[in-house]
Amino acid sequence: MINTLKKRKKRSMKTKRLFGVTTTQIVLTALSIIWIIPLIYLFVQSFRAEPGAWSPTFFPKTWTLDNYKKLFTETKFLRWYGNTLLVSIISCIITTIFVLAVAYAFSRIRFKSRKPMMNIMLILGMFPGFMSMSAVYFLLKILLPNNYQSLASLIIVYSAGAALSYYIAKGFFDTVPKSLDEAARIDGASRFRTFYKIILPLSKSIIIYTILISFIAPWCDFIFVSFIMSGVPDTGMYTVALGMYNWLEREQIQAYFTTFCAAAVIVALPITILFMWLQKYYVEGVTGGAVKG
Amino acid sequence: MNFEIYKYSLPKRIFIRIKSFFKNIGIGFINFFINLGKLIKSLFSKINKGIKNFIYNFKNGNMLTKTSYFVMGLSHLFRGQIVRGLIYLILQISFITYIILFGGNYLSMFFENFFIGGHIGRNETSDFWNDELGVFDKVAGDNSFHIVLYGILSLFIIIFFIMVYLSSVKESYKLEQNEIIKKENNGIKKDINNLLDNKFHNTLLIVPMLGLFLFTVVPLVTMILIAFTNYDASHEVPEHLFSWVGFANFKEMFSANSSLGATFWRVLGWTLIWAVFATFTSYFFGMILALLINKKGIKLKKLYRTLFVATIAVPQFVSLLIMSKMLDTGGGTFGSGGGVITQVIERVFNYHLKFGLDINTTRICIILVNMWIGVPYSMLMCSGILMNIPEDLYESARIDGASGIRRFFKITLPYMIFVTGPYLITQFIGNINNFNVIYLLSGGGPGDPLKYTNGAKGTDLLITWLYKLSLGTDRNYKLASVIGILVFIISAVFSLIVYNKSSAVKGEENFQ
Repeated sequence: MINTLKKRKKRSMKTKRLFGVTTTQIVLTALSIIWIIPLIYLFVQSFRAEPGAWSPTFFPKTWTLDNYKKLFTETKFLRWYGNTLLVSIISCIITTIFVLAVAYAFSRIRFKSRKPMMNIMLILGMFPGFMSMSAVYFLLKILLPNNYQSLASLIIVYSAGAALSYYIAKGFFDTVPKSLDEAARIDGASRFRTFYKIILPLSKSIIIYTILISFIAPWCDFIFVSFIMSGVPDTGMYTVALGMYNWLEREQIQAYFTTFCAAAVIVALPITILFMWLQKYYVEGVTGGAVKG
Repeated sequence: MNFEIYKYSLPKRIFIRIKSFFKNIGIGFINFFINLGKLIKSLFSKINKGIKNFIYNFKNGNMLTKTSYFVMGLSHLFRGQIVRGLIYLILQISFITYIILFGGNYLSMFFENFFIGGHIGRNETSDFWNDELGVFDKVAGDNSFHIVLYGILSLFIIIFFIMVYLSSVKESYKLEQNEIIKKENNGIKKDINNLLDNKFHNTLLIVPMLGLFLFTVVPLVTMILIAFTNYDASHEVPEHLFSWVGFANFKEMFSANSSLGATFWRVLGWTLIWAVFATFTSYFFGMILALLINKKGIKLKKLYRTLFVATIAVPQFVSLLIMSKMLDTGGGTFGSGGGVITQVIERVFNYHLKFGLDINTTRICIILVNMWIGVPYSMLMCSGILMNIPEDLYESARIDGASGIRRFFKITLPYMIFVTGPYLITQFIGNINNFNVIYLLSGGGPGDPLKYTNGAKGTDLLITWLYKLSLGTDRNYKLASVIGILVFIISAVFSLIVYNKSSAVKGEENFQ
């Protein structure tokens, strides 16, 4: 009697769980379709042959590659792409070096001005980064009088303040055992050698995280580039973000919407693949930094 | 983790939470001022000690040491540290040239009216009749912005120079002492080796800090000072001078009667509402999504995760711009086309979505679109942490007969909030400064000239308003600076809460 009751209960639990799993599966599928639809829309619209900004249907009626052809022959897209690539590679190198250097110094070396410096940087980080742009603009005018609205200015803007974002890397270095340093120091290695030969090889994940973040930043930034490049007659100096934004202005959108979609695909594909590929390091970086505070 | 609190009823619990929240802010402020006081005290005692040493060394030093009080590096040059001595000498010469040729003039103009208020600079750009050419010519006057910028720069340079000077003087006395006890002074080779070893932090920090100083500290201090001037489109440099006005801008911004004040309070209100909604919707739905994906027995976990993460991987200006075009109303009236979402809603629900036309509709759409980007992000965050919740907590709850929903509210949620508290606050501050989502989706619009002035519009955050005030047709640098300072204050208040709660800050040394 009791046995059958138990069995029935067990069976009902099992069906209940199966029911739960199926519902979840359906919900997840529905949600992921909703999530991906805008991106699919972007992708298919880049092959739309009909002109104009607004299409009455989700999928194009006729498919074509003309938008891509137009992108590379009639617009400055290729130059913008090259600009962005150049800026992001150089600023990525500088940023990574700065961040690792500052993070290591604050994590490992105890010196007199360490705490005050960290506090000042904490306070600096709370001001909106964009606030100081007007003054930076004037400074750039003095430093590069002839071409202050140039890629060099952009590189300076993206990488000069890099030291401020040392927190996550410092959090990582804090978790590397100090005994490693001490052992190396006892063996007579200098601080520089310890850093270069022992700590850096152990920090692959944080180095990749820093590179990933700083490489992607110029591709996604709109606010700084639009300020630096405001009023430049030569649109060839733009980065992809700024150039493509202008295509969607009210005067241009009818002519350029599908071109925008094509350009977006070409910009987003490598970035997305890069991000997906290095996702593990990204998650490690963010969760590590977030949980410890 | 503190479970004590769960013996109270729900309203009481909420009350206790709110009380402790405000208590934390209070404690944070008090601690802040105590620390500030300590800092100032230690600074003064240091300066006092420094002056005493300075005088003592001068009295007891020999002729060479005394001379190097006036000509830096002399003592080093004659005591075996030639490179160091030369560097000091060059520094002194270039400092003096800088002040005479450049900095001194700007500094004097900077301080001339600093305390009493009035023009920054002496000569305004003026027209004069050029007899030779027979036209009106312009005589360039002073540039007020340059005066503020270079004034700040010169002040910092003077402070640095004094620090270098003091250390050089101290060194020269030490060199003399070493000479007396027949100890050899370090040569350049040893100095360089030191920079890679005991003083490695100097090598690591000098370039990043220089970059930070020149492109963050100096511009930031300049822009903070601009908040106390009347620099705007009608006092544009270099044609006009602008003046120090004290706290006038702040007064106008906060007053409830002026149209500017009314606009400010509206924008601030929406900024806070937005930050709360954007943070919590993303966070809770992200957590629920993570729970769903990580549920036992779910297939294709990896595929789901990839699909969701795709929205963060695509650069924001692409995903947000395409979203804004999908929501666009086209002509603005029913049936006039527009973005694909607007059209679908029109056909299916026979309702015209007024994105960008009606303030509230636009706001709701923005929060929803933000979820599209924010939910996968918190899902990534939460997945890792959820795995760390001890399984036996759930097991015992299940044995006690707690339902799934109850388990979520009693175990998962408290645990997550406890662990990710600092992350939530950082997200909150990030959302206050979330330029991209607002600007790329709605551009701040739609406007309402009755309620919003000075370039602000219905969905503008403080940060997008700041952007519009520094660029474009509504330029008003003084207001931009005031807003920047206010954003700082808001961020600082919320950061103080994290700072006090976070054990990572307090136990930094224990942690390693």
